[in-house]
Amino acid sequence: MSPTTTADPTPTDQTNVADRDKARRWREGGSEPLLRVRDLRVTFQRQGQEPFEAVQGVSFDVHPGQTVGLVGESGCGKSVTSLAIMGLLPQRGNKVTGTVDYEGTNLLDLSDQQMRDKRGKDIAMVFQDPLSSLNPVVPIGLQVTEVLERHRGMSRKAATPVARELLDRVGIPDPDRRLKDYPHQLSGGMRQRALIAIALACQPRLLIADEPTTALDVTIQAQILALLKELVEESGTALVMITHDLGVVAGLCDEVNVLYGGRIVERGDRHDLFAQPRHPYTHGLLASIPRLDAPRGQRLTPIPGSVSDNLPWTSACAFAPRCSQPIEVCTQKMPELEEHHQRALRCFNPVEATR
Amino acid sequence: MNPSPMDPRPSAKKDRIDSLAETSGRGGTATAVKDVHVGAAGKVKDTGGVSLIASAWARLRRNPVFLLGLAITVVFVLLALFAPLLAPNDPTKRMPELLEDLSRSTNPVPGPEAGFPLGSDDFGRDLLSRLIVGARQTLIVGVFATLFGLAGGIILGTLAGAFGGWVDSLVMRIVDVMLSVPSLLLAVSIAALAPRPSQWTVIIAIAVVQVPIFARLLRGSMLAQRASDHVLAARALGVKQSSIVFRHMLPNSLGPVIVQSTLVLATSIIDAAALSFLGLGNPDDRQPEWGQMLGASQQWIRDYPHLAFYPAACIIVVALGFTLMGESLREALDPKSRR
Amino acid sequence: MLRFIVRRLVQMVGVLIVLSLLLFLWLRSLPGGTVSAILGERATPASRAAMEAQFGLDQPVWVQYAKFVGRVLQGNFGPSTAVLPGRDALDIFLQRLPATIELSLFALAIAVALGIPLGYFAARRKETFLDNASVVGSLIGVAVPVFFLGFLLQRVFAIELGWLPVSGRQSTGLDATRITGFFVLDGILTREWDAAWDSFKHLILPAVTLATIPFAVVFRITRASVLEVLDEDYIRTAESKGLTARIIRGRHILRNAMLPVTTTIGLQVGALLAGAVLTETVFGFAGVGDALATAFRLRDYAVLQVLILAAAGIYVIVNLLVDIMYAVIDPRVRTR
Repeated sequence: MSPTTTADPTPTDQTNVADRDKARRWREGGSEPLLRVRDLRVTFQRQGQEPFEAVQGVSFDVHPGQTVGLVGESGCGKSVTSLAIMGLLPQRGNKVTGTVDYEGTNLLDLSDQQMRDKRGKDIAMVFQDPLSSLNPVVPIGLQVTEVLERHRGMSRKAATPVARELLDRVGIPDPDRRLKDYPHQLSGGMRQRALIAIALACQPRLLIADEPTTALDVTIQAQILALLKELVEESGTALVMITHDLGVVAGLCDEVNVLYGGRIVERGDRHDLFAQPRHPYTHGLLASIPRLDAPRGQRLTPIPGSVSDNLPWTSACAFAPRCSQPIEVCTQKMPELEEHHQRALRCFNPVEATR
Repeated sequence: MNPSPMDPRPSAKKDRIDSLAETSGRGGTATAVKDVHVGAAGKVKDTGGVSLIASAWARLRRNPVFLLGLAITVVFVLLALFAPLLAPNDPTKRMPELLEDLSRSTNPVPGPEAGFPLGSDDFGRDLLSRLIVGARQTLIVGVFATLFGLAGGIILGTLAGAFGGWVDSLVMRIVDVMLSVPSLLLAVSIAALAPRPSQWTVIIAIAVVQVPIFARLLRGSMLAQRASDHVLAARALGVKQSSIVFRHMLPNSLGPVIVQSTLVLATSIIDAAALSFLGLGNPDDRQPEWGQMLGASQQWIRDYPHLAFYPAACIIVVALGFTLMGESLREALDPKSRR
Repeated sequence: MLRFIVRRLVQMVGVLIVLSLLLFLWLRSLPGGTVSAILGERATPASRAAMEAQFGLDQPVWVQYAKFVGRVLQGNFGPSTAVLPGRDALDIFLQRLPATIELSLFALAIAVALGIPLGYFAARRKETFLDNASVVGSLIGVAVPVFFLGFLLQRVFAIELGWLPVSGRQSTGLDATRITGFFVLDGILTREWDAAWDSFKHLILPAVTLATIPFAVVFRITRASVLEVLDEDYIRTAESKGLTARIIRGRHILRNAMLPVTTTIGLQVGALLAGAVLTETVFGFAGVGDALATAFRLRDYAVLQVLILAAAGIYVIVNLLVDIMYAVIDPRVRTR
């Protein structure tokens, strides 16, 4: 659990108001969305096995400079969504449909070569485990400069000072020495900083961070999140933050999408979502976080069961077997994602608004 | 002197053995993870009972490479079992029809004629019958060499893996030395010790070569087991050391051993042929064996290459069958390759 | 790094001590032993005893072992009894060694040149027809007895087609200058191009035959290793950076996948030596393997001692060199 979750996730009123203004601007067409994902579906198909739809029609927008969270348990399809956007799913054994519209081009229609030109330059990604995500036999410096050589046409010699600069900007001390170091010589936090430096090397307009802090120590997690936030705000990069950790969402995201079983079950501005979770799943997630201001002796309320209890979405609400307040219709047909008041909700029997 | 687990690289031979050994330590976990993943798909399907073997079988059933190997093996074993019934003639009898044509100086190896589709060997015996019956002897050599090698390996490997400490060090030093001699050279050296070569000296020579491989394999997987959670749990519950070894560690180490055995079946048949070729095989040809036939055929290789070709073809097909089966088993049992 | 080398050296000495003990015991338990080998059928109890005293076989076992070790350390293995009667056994080994090294290196070069690219492409096309076919193909290579393959190639390319020489290391009557004992190299050094070409032609068939052994291993290790690397997170990172396929292949996939392959290549020595025994016999290629086969057949124990000790010694030393090389090429070990 990250330190931010133990603190009160509700920010102060002033920032609250400012953020809401920002959110409204995005939604009311102040800008065209940078990334528009519509009805994204990913089906894994292995020979002799039943096909398995990991992402079942996910739609969301990311505006320039906006930070959007995709939240859910492992197996809910959030990582698959990000890999599908990046075109990084294995070439065989899966089918991706829908549209991933990036500045007017559908990324799913691009050829392998065109996608290679976009990746690392326009859209970059930061991964979960910084040790395994860095090539162990290539010095850090080269792993940074190779992106610059590829997308900015720089020579190795010209790229080196830029790489040094980048490492310095992400807070790696003594960057000259670190350029020659190999990943195993860096600490976990330093490695993640290096990965962030690599991702931001070509100043992409969109950054996807897939659980960037999960593999790190608690104290380092906060530093990395702060760094990401700072860099993103400085450069106006849009960020898609994929996480299972609501603490990360609370500290960073403008808008939050909660995924369950491959579909979005609830979407909203982070303040609204935290203050008034409507979907029982979101509610359950929030209730299962230990809070410092909770009265002594109050029990934690975990969500019972696991994802293996899921019902198929096609005929019911997948979450029904684990839900705290299911009604009859929940197991009979699928609830639709309905939008109202800048929120979206997929539930027959939402949690009552408390305020 | 004991190589620590942090050793960057043991030898490739050792490395290969060790990486195979590891598969036993991780197999169970991988299945569990996989099941959860299937569950996450929202499919209503009972995955609780899927064991490692069942899931491996599910993969193997669709693997053409494995099926080819299995088919060859089944045909070979059936041939070996029913050889005397299938052979048209007595493989040891010098057939009068063939002897009629045989002449030391002008026609030492009579060719095919009515009733003898492959012709004669250099003694007037029916080549086809000898090949068919040879399947049985070949299987015997392969199976016994593997079993003896396995038995020796189990004893050494269990000692080392179960006790650790100095027993482990001592056993593994001996094993390392045995591995340092090229395998054929070791087999030849052992075979040379016998005053009179026979089928059994060939079997033992081949078996000895396999002992260090099996020993290292078993030790490796037992060490992986020893550190695994279920053995720790058994130990925490106060289960006796001997029951832990025999009920928990040994059975769970068997997967890689079965894989290796399949591969050894193939190499023993080939090695038996090599020993015959080097003049250290079984000289008694009343019970024909393919390796022996191939080894003996070299004196005729210039003028009558078919004498070498038929047994060689049999050896190649059967060895290929076992190898294909073993390699696909290895891949199916390796959690790293399942995705 | 230094500690690592020292530890491996100590380990190596341990292995060699155990090996000398086993070799000693082995020589003692050979049927008849040295005495019968020399006296043959004519042995009488009296002549046996005299001979045993001459060789010190009447002394306690540990004294005999000590003397044995002493002789080995001095390189004194006694004269050959059958391979080249009267010649010093060590001399025979040293004179034969270049041929085997030349053959093995050439075979290894073929195996590497074919095995690595094929292994890589099979892995990239996992579970396709090409992959399955090349896996089965490499396993056929394993299943064919080496000496039979030798016969087959000899028959087709030397006897039937007449493209290549049937056997030997060099055509007779070609009075080539000897410098190193590596005939092809000698030809190049002395600029006797016809001699170099002739030796090279003699080398092709045995080398191709012998190459099947390391080829199968190099191919399979490369394939397995590339498959493993392809699954690694850093390959996904490299793809997410939009790098070109060429850079991803060279810098990210192969640079990692080659680590285990390098060790494997180094450690094919043992298999090559065993294969050389069979290959050299088939092609009458006068190397160590041919001498070894002859020594076994004719029970020339002096030559056997040298060859077995040398085989194991070479294996152990190469093992050490490979470990050191590995430490040098893998930054994780090098910079620890």
